[in-house]
Amino acid sequence: MVQAKDPFVSFKGVQKSYDGETLVVKNLNLDIASGEFLTMLGPSGSGKTTCLMMLAGFETATHGDIELGGSPINNIPPHKRGIGMVFQNYALFPHMTVGENLAFPLNVRKVPKAEVEEKVRSVLDMVQMNAFIDRKPAQLSGGQQQRIALARALVFSPELVLMDEPLGALDKQLREHMQYEIKHIHENLGVTVVYVTHDQSEALTMSNRIAVFDDGVIQQLADPVTLYEKPENSFVAQFIGENNQMVGTVKSVSKGIATINLDSGAEVKALAVNISGVGSRTTLSVRPERCVVLTKKSATVSRLDAKIEELIYLGDHIRCRMNVAGDDQFIMKVPNTSGQLGLEIGASLQIGWQNNDCRALDFKELV
Amino acid sequence: MVDSQTVLSGPITAADGTPLKKKLAQALFRSRVRAVSLVVPLLAFVLASFVIPIFALMWQGVYNDRFSTYTPNLSDQLSKWDGLGEPDEDLFVALVADLKKARKDRTIGRIATRVNQEYPGTRSLFTSTARKAKKLKAPFKESVIKTNKKWANIEVWRAMKITSQDLTPSFYATALDGRYTVDKGFVKQNENRQIYVKLFWRTFMISATVMALCLLLGYPVAYLLATLPLRSSNLLMIMVLLPFWTSLLVRTTAWIAILQSQGVINDLMVAMGITADDSRFSLIYNMTGTIIAMTHILLPFMILPLYSVMKTIPPSYMRAARSLGATPTMAFIKVYVPQTIPGVGAGGLLVFILAIGYYITPALVGGQDGQLISNMIAYHMQKSLNWSLAAALGGILLAGVLLLYWIYDRVIGIDNMKLG
Ligand SMILES: Nc1ncnc2c1ncn2[C@@H]1O[C@H](COP(=O)(O)OP(=O)(O)OP(=O)(O)O)[C@@H](O)[C@H]1O
Ligand SMILES: [Mg+2]
Repeated sequence: MVQAKDPFVSFKGVQKSYDGETLVVKNLNLDIASGEFLTMLGPSGSGKTTCLMMLAGFETATHGDIELGGSPINNIPPHKRGIGMVFQNYALFPHMTVGENLAFPLNVRKVPKAEVEEKVRSVLDMVQMNAFIDRKPAQLSGGQQQRIALARALVFSPELVLMDEPLGALDKQLREHMQYEIKHIHENLGVTVVYVTHDQSEALTMSNRIAVFDDGVIQQLADPVTLYEKPENSFVAQFIGENNQMVGTVKSVSKGIATINLDSGAEVKALAVNISGVGSRTTLSVRPERCVVLTKKSATVSRLDAKIEELIYLGDHIRCRMNVAGDDQFIMKVPNTSGQLGLEIGASLQIGWQNNDCRALDFKELV
Repeated sequence: MVDSQTVLSGPITAADGTPLKKKLAQALFRSRVRAVSLVVPLLAFVLASFVIPIFALMWQGVYNDRFSTYTPNLSDQLSKWDGLGEPDEDLFVALVADLKKARKDRTIGRIATRVNQEYPGTRSLFTSTARKAKKLKAPFKESVIKTNKKWANIEVWRAMKITSQDLTPSFYATALDGRYTVDKGFVKQNENRQIYVKLFWRTFMISATVMALCLLLGYPVAYLLATLPLRSSNLLMIMVLLPFWTSLLVRTTAWIAILQSQGVINDLMVAMGITADDSRFSLIYNMTGTIIAMTHILLPFMILPLYSVMKTIPPSYMRAARSLGATPTMAFIKVYVPQTIPGVGAGGLLVFILAIGYYITPALVGGQDGQLISNMIAYHMQKSLNWSLAAALGGILLAGVLLLYWIYDRVIGIDNMKLG
């Protein structure tokens, strides 16, 4: 991802503590380019909402600066920041109709009446809710309320829109549908979006870049492909997508490839990504679809004995749970090619991977 | 929905062959009987202690047979008299006969009191004439008028004719500062005797003032209660509820100690030099005292419904309003306040209705001009013993409350009301 010269939003060394004892956000540095769709992804309690609230102006940063369009906004009250916001519970005003809800941000800006009407109509067109202009929010379904909340955050043409788990309350099918709609609206309007979620597939589908949060720290900031293919630490590897983890000690490193003695005794090779040197402990991470069943002639250096525990037929591939290096939760996805169908429960075989497909990351005790 | 099978085979039947509808009704009936039997004791209690007394009292407001019971002859004659021409000898004969009997039975006081209610200043006329009734000779018209020439006044007779009618609108007329007369129907009461309408009006104004003050004082407190962190809001809640745990009488007398002219506030004012020692404020035994004490006592009834409504308003609404560009004030007025309307309505109605019938506090701290209509009702119940008038006043009060309730339902809707 190209790092913009003049970021639109920028967090500079931001810290936040609610109680003066623990830091909920620790030294956050984050630049967001204009027009970008950035997602904050992380487990519950990792500080995502807190960051969003600081940006919106409802919480003050304990330390550091937040800049919007080049100037610090620490002392600007929320209503002057001009940031659209979609709340998790939508926060549609229950005593106003859909039309009045949408007109609210325009009316407080003293926009002329005719223009208000026109803008409300066009934003309702955008979310395809024109027929509902006179309903009260309580008379709408969850998905419809969500659209109105989205429309309300966009109707006054803000340059930046914040969304805090806006799809959290919807069922799976509707959520996926809305993901595409939000994505399209973002593309059509060109607004900058900061999106919070703890659903990784949602983050992967929608974002330009994803900031993975844990424990108040950005663990990795990258585009979806990089995040999936090249996780930089074991938390990200574990959090994004499925992966197999093994622990061991680094025996030697040469040309970026590390040789590792697994705790089970076997010796394997992996790409040295995040290790502190020979003799240090490391967690290996390999994706299930990057493991292969080996034959005698296979050229890979990493060879591990495996015993099949469980097979799940999924059509395009077979999900194979086996016991590898003392871990019986090792997952492998075997493509459904005609030659591979001889897999059987209880069978012993050998598996391995290309050196670049296994990443040696920081050590983390397996749970 | 038309099911082809239903059309062919008639009504759907349950497993044992009885029609499904009947079966369902049976099942529901049993559970309904059970439900009703649970509330029967309460219903009986409410009926005996509330509904029946109210109707009995309301009935007294339009029905009073005291005069006709004790003066059977006279009442009979009065009903024949048209009330316009001079009273004739027959009437006087009946009068003397009834007076004699009343004196013997010692019921003359009741008759005199009843007529006196209708035509004040006639009490002694009856008692003194009754004393002499034994010695009176025919023609009675002359001899009776000789004992007291007031008997020649046709108004006395007309008042008696009115009182002889058991079913009468005259108490309601009195309660509305009017009079029901034989010749002119309803007329206005003399200027100097008009007190009730003024008192109703004052009661209404004081109740409205108390309601407004409660809202003004209670709204911020309820807001704090709903938004403060739990620990501090609990403490505040205890302070709000504290008055409920103290006797009403104690609280009212505490106000006397605070507000009287030698009381805490006046002493403070004098000490601070705000007022001179000889011109202390009169804060009690007047309307001011009533308003202050009633506002204090009724405040929790405003705070609690407000609080229960505010508690359910998530802070995200205010945040949403601010993020959409509203200043804090505007967000509060346009987004927060409208959502508290059910609480304002409930609290306002509750306080107003309680205030309109308030009795002890105005009686203790109200002095002359701080009395409410309920004090007048109590006066007629206990002192003047004019229960019918008390009932009429109460009936008007009740009608007023119902009217308010109806207006509220029209404007805000009763089902919008949240009491807790
Ligand atoms: N108002 C507050 N006062 C004190 N602590 C708070 C407050 N709000 C959040 N926290 C704490 O800050 C931490 C981060 O909270 P935050 O709401 O930012 O998490 P999140 O990443 O949004 O989680 P989720 O995915 O569950 O929404 C949590 O440990 C939480 O307990
Ligand atoms: Mg959150």
